[in-house]
Amino acid sequence: MTGFASPLEAYLLVAALLFAIGLAGALTRRNAILVLIGIELMLNAANLNFIAFWRYGPHPEALTGMMFAIFSIAVAAAEAAVGLGLVISIYRHAKTTDLDQMNRMKG
Amino acid sequence: MSVIFFLVAALTVAGGLAAVLFKNTVHCALAVTVAFAGLALLFLSLDAQFAGFAQVLVYIGAVAILVVFAILLTRGSETPQSGVFSKSWFTGLVIAAGIFAVLGWAVMQSAHALPQQAAAPAVTVHDIGVALVGRYVLPLEIVALLLTAATIGAVIVALHEKERTQ
Amino acid sequence: MVAAGIVALLKQPQRKASAALAIGSLGISLLLSLAAFAHVVSDWANGIATRETVNFTWIQTGSSTVDLGWVLDPLSAIMLVMVCFVGLLIFIYSTGYMEHDENFTRFFCFLALFAGAMLGVVIANSLLLLFMCWELVGLTSYLLIGFWYHKPSAAAAAKKAFLTTRVGDIFFFLGIVWLFNATGTLLFYNHGSGSMEGLALANLLTQHAALGLTAAGAIALLIFAGAAGKSGQLPLHVWLPDAMEGPTPVSALIHAATMVAAGVYLIARVYPLMSAGALVTSSGEIAGTTTPLIVVTWIGAATAVFAALIAVAQDDIKRILAYSTVSQLGYMMAGLGLGGVAVGMFHLITHAFFKALLFMGAGSVIHGCHEEQDIRKMGGLRPQMRITFYTYAAGMLALCGFPLFFSGFWSKDAILEAAHKSDFIKGPYYLLVFGALLTAFYMIRQVSYVFFGNWRGHGHAHESPRVMTAPLAILAFFAVVLGAIGTPAWPWFHAFLDGHAAAIDLHAFVEADFLKLLLTSGLIVFLGLGLGWALYGNKSPRPEEPDALEKAVPWIWTALRDRLYVDEFYGVTFIAFYAWWARVADWFDRRVWGGVVAWIAWIFGLWAHLNRRIDTHWVDGSFDKACEELSTGGGLLARAQNGRVQIYLRVLAVAVVAFAAILIWSSRP
Repeated sequence: MTGFASPLEAYLLVAALLFAIGLAGALTRRNAILVLIGIELMLNAANLNFIAFWRYGPHPEALTGMMFAIFSIAVAAAEAAVGLGLVISIYRHAKTTDLDQMNRMKG
Repeated sequence: MSVIFFLVAALTVAGGLAAVLFKNTVHCALAVTVAFAGLALLFLSLDAQFAGFAQVLVYIGAVAILVVFAILLTRGSETPQSGVFSKSWFTGLVIAAGIFAVLGWAVMQSAHALPQQAAAPAVTVHDIGVALVGRYVLPLEIVALLLTAATIGAVIVALHEKERTQ
Repeated sequence: MVAAGIVALLKQPQRKASAALAIGSLGISLLLSLAAFAHVVSDWANGIATRETVNFTWIQTGSSTVDLGWVLDPLSAIMLVMVCFVGLLIFIYSTGYMEHDENFTRFFCFLALFAGAMLGVVIANSLLLLFMCWELVGLTSYLLIGFWYHKPSAAAAAKKAFLTTRVGDIFFFLGIVWLFNATGTLLFYNHGSGSMEGLALANLLTQHAALGLTAAGAIALLIFAGAAGKSGQLPLHVWLPDAMEGPTPVSALIHAATMVAAGVYLIARVYPLMSAGALVTSSGEIAGTTTPLIVVTWIGAATAVFAALIAVAQDDIKRILAYSTVSQLGYMMAGLGLGGVAVGMFHLITHAFFKALLFMGAGSVIHGCHEEQDIRKMGGLRPQMRITFYTYAAGMLALCGFPLFFSGFWSKDAILEAAHKSDFIKGPYYLLVFGALLTAFYMIRQVSYVFFGNWRGHGHAHESPRVMTAPLAILAFFAVVLGAIGTPAWPWFHAFLDGHAAAIDLHAFVEADFLKLLLTSGLIVFLGLGLGWALYGNKSPRPEEPDALEKAVPWIWTALRDRLYVDEFYGVTFIAFYAWWARVADWFDRRVWGGVVAWIAWIFGLWAHLNRRIDTHWVDGSFDKACEELSTGGGLLARAQNGRVQIYLRVLAVAVVAFAAILIWSSRP
């Protein structure tokens, strides 16, 4: 509304904010599932970026951005499924989802 | 930029923040669902109807539910004793802030070079369908394969554990 | 030779197969040689001089080549037939003689190999090919002399034979090399460009070597040295009597009929070289002579007498025959030197027959007396071994040169005639006559010891089996009949070799010179026989008693018995020198070279020690230190791997931030 050179700019900033929030969640929360939630947020932020650029960029009829976002949604869904399956199986093993306690890969 | 945009953006950001900050995991899951919804609205405002509805269907309808299931299966509803944030939460925060700073700076820097508001693209679902099976048929097939593999993988990961613990 | 190869692979029990192979292949060779002979004879009858050659290139180096080849001319044809025929008879004889020996197959293998090599010598057209086959003959002779190698005396005799002939062969080889260098070819006959043909010979005559000899003369003498070794001429005769250690068929084949004849054959082959420069009259008679031929004659004559003297005082039946062979070879050489190829070769052919006969007869006697070889322990065998006696008598009379009926007479007479006729060298005639006297004397001595008188041995003597006596009979026949082809009345042999026609001319018998010679030689023979019979006759001295001649002239007898001390002389000089030299070389080797080697080894040991020090302290130490540092560093770095995913994620994010910042900063306008 005010001072934005282009509506695109606003969307990009929102996406950046969402991305940062998602990253913060992924980096600081202890629960593994919340890390996954953060990752989902990050993916969504990226999708927003794509759609925004598609809308305001040249040749929107080429549908490049839209396709990218759609595929990204699909892949993210698959990845969420697998990731959560892993978390569940780790939970069965370690009886906890606390990431701070999972340092079996410590070298 | 219209007021609606700001409102929806604020909703989304609030949902995200809530998802990250709440102590109760289930509340976090619900909050992220709100964020997903906000994003869907944003897509709609960007004339990407298909993407918006796909977002609602997939993310809210599948991923969020999945997350809730996972939380329930791993007893995430119980609040852990030692706090929900890791010991070095500040470092994480700083890093995230750094990321935001860089991204924001990038955007502001190139603000004058960004394309202006153009006419709304006349894109129909028919066009999308044609593109999917035309130009993007290969990614389509590959994604189909990927989804199959993911399904099978998830089943296997879950199954094995079951057999062993029994 | 193929037979030899196959037989070598046969095992011991397969006696019949080995004998059959050897005899069969030699039989085939005989047929082939007869065919060749017939071809040459028919050509000769038509007046064509045959000299067919087959030459091929063996080695080619740049523009010069070494060629080998085969030749068929009257000389080689005759030798082929003789070698095959006598060889075949001896092979058949051996099946009987070696029946009780367990190394039957090995024997026939060597025999076949020898026959192949000898035939190779005979038909060779190249001096090099001849030399190769010559060496092979020497090798097989070594193998056969030392056939019973577990007897130390046999092994020593084989070694002696090989080494002595080797000495001669060195000179021979020098001659070959010189000849090749001077003429560029070693082929004898090569359509005009061979080494025995006009062009080469003329060339050689113009080159001069030392001591006033031409190149031709020097080369001829060197080649003669080789022949002297192989044929047991004077300084190099010492191996032949010792070679009697081999089985009797070996002695018959190799040391009577063929191998020792190879030396004579060689001289006959290179006769154009030896006589190069001599004046030749239109009738083909030699009117002059050359230095090599003079040397050959004198050595031949000296050998003849020397060996005959020693033969008089020997007691071993085979040794007497061995020295007789040496003596007769001397005759042959003298014949070559005085009368030319035909004279020498005629005696060679007749000698082959009757000497083989004598050796095989001796073998029969030894076999019949149960391996006894001392003649003083035999006696009175005439009634018990009739066939052996008659055939042996025929051979003995041929050897003595009994007038008119026996081939030896004609061949020896030819030599004496040539000696008498020679205007240039007189001495040999008298030596040769004296030799004839001695020959008759020692042969009658041997025969009376063996066949007459009373039986002085152990057990009973018995006649030999048919397979042994049949060849004896055949050879005896030839011993008589062969004389016919060489009489002056019908000089077929002479004419055949020289390539002109022969006419039967009985008038030759009554030529004055000839008659005188005939009477002289006849007289000598009877004198010798008479003397011998008088001394030894029908008496039967016991082994312990001294010999009749010994009683007469004891000191001569002892000297002769001890072979005129030639062996001892060699032992004292050459062999002693060689042993001393070997000791010196050994000392040198052990002390000097050994010292050097030990010193080098010590240095290496020191070096190795030093290396080990360096390795342990510096290299290992530094390496260990480095590893420690690495380990510590690794430990430090590993702290980053705390296994916590969020930390990794953080690091990732930081890296991305930094990267992005750099990118954006660098792309600012």
